[in-house]
Amino acid sequence: MQDFGEAFGLALSLVASGDADLVEIVALSLRVSLSATGLACLIGLPVGALVAITRFPGRNAVLILFNALMGLPPVVVGLLVYLHLSRAGPLGFLGLLYTPTAMIIAQTILITPIVMALSRQVIEDLHAEYADQFRSLVLSRWQQVSALIWDARFSLLTVGLAGFGRAVAEVGAVMIVGGNIDHLTRVMTTAIALETSKGDLALALALGLVLMVIALGVNALVQSLRMTAVRHAYA
Amino acid sequence: MPMRDAVTDNIVEFDNLRHNASDSTDQRALALQDVSLTVGDTTLIEDASLSLSGNGITMIMGPNGAGKSMLLKLAHGLIAPTKGTVTWGGEPLNDAGRRTQAMVFQKPVLLRRSVVANVDFVLKARGIRDAARRNDLLDHVGLLDHARQPARLLSGGEQQRLALARALALKPKVMLLDEPTASLDPASVLKIESIVQEAHTAGTKIIFITHDPGQAGRLADDIVFVHRGRVHEHGPADLFLSRPDTQEARDFLQGRIVV
Repeated sequence: MQDFGEAFGLALSLVASGDADLVEIVALSLRVSLSATGLACLIGLPVGALVAITRFPGRNAVLILFNALMGLPPVVVGLLVYLHLSRAGPLGFLGLLYTPTAMIIAQTILITPIVMALSRQVIEDLHAEYADQFRSLVLSRWQQVSALIWDARFSLLTVGLAGFGRAVAEVGAVMIVGGNIDHLTRVMTTAIALETSKGDLALALALGLVLMVIALGVNALVQSLRMTAVRHAYA
Repeated sequence: MPMRDAVTDNIVEFDNLRHNASDSTDQRALALQDVSLTVGDTTLIEDASLSLSGNGITMIMGPNGAGKSMLLKLAHGLIAPTKGTVTWGGEPLNDAGRRTQAMVFQKPVLLRRSVVANVDFVLKARGIRDAARRNDLLDHVGLLDHARQPARLLSGGEQQRLALARALALKPKVMLLDEPTASLDPASVLKIESIVQEAHTAGTKIIFITHDPGQAGRLADDIVFVHRGRVHEHGPADLFLSRPDTQEARDFLQGRIVV
């Protein structure tokens, strides 16, 4: 077991030297979490917008379900995806278990409710402002949804960021469906958990540092985009 | 012409208009029959009956909270009446009918986009992509120089002119304007009045809410006076402005507080 100072020094040198293992793990993490965020937005934004502009019996129950699903435990999602993708499961024939695709599926399921619930709120607020104008223009539901998503794009960036943050930081689901296989399904969080349990704090800390930088960087980018949007009265 | 003769002529002309309105199949002719709107225990519009011809500029006047905006929304089909019927050209308003109308709201609802993108949006909603037409419209309302600016950074008067450009992009048969000049400076008011006059000259029926008797005098052919959710008066503008029938209308026109 290294002491903290030594481990931190080693971690910095790993990051500075662009260690191949580190780069591979970071790249896979980003690939998996960005893909999951993209898919979650593709599904969650239109569904959130539709629920925002539609009144139907049982709508409140749907809203409660959306909010409840935001707190889905990653290990439960991992387990459910595992059961479906395992050889004996209904989707076992696809051979996806222990692949990055399985990890993307698990993270997509995990964060889609977050995107749906948060975008529903953002779009409902905007729709309250636009509703009479849209009705006057006799827009179709799809025209309304696409206009609302476009006009709320800067607020929805924050929603996407919340989803990405949840995806890139979770460990339980990707551990179960990915298996943390070296050079295949090892991502930052699973590697940190493994290296910490092995007592190799240098790689764990280096990955932790990268994770923090990514989180801060993405936040800063979204924040600066929002500030630009506010200046142009687009947010 | 003596005053009395002028007023009599107005009444005769107005009666002809009303007669035409009730009989006409002109899609621009509005008829409200015993229309009421109740929300919870509150009656916002009560037994409103009204016939408007398909021509001219109709001004709706009345104190704050009288129900003018509700009346306009009922006419445009944005709200369904609790009781009574609203017809245009003798037919209930459906989506196809509403597509021939355009409404401009008191607080212009502008999309979070540039000026051009706001006009393009309504053109695209009608399946039209025509940059030349869009530029003509912006030029018509004096906003071509602001084309690439964010719409929501325009001044109040400019925002309202953009809302008018968007409405005109639809080539509407009827334009419903909910206090489009409220809180604007006189220069902006004149520009907007001139745009509205030109639309009227081009054959668009105008229904316009205003608080300003001076504006009504400049623009209106006929005036509807609304108070406490009821249509109190409807008559030729000259007659209403010079000799209103009801005490409430007299008080309103003389600037007294009407409650």
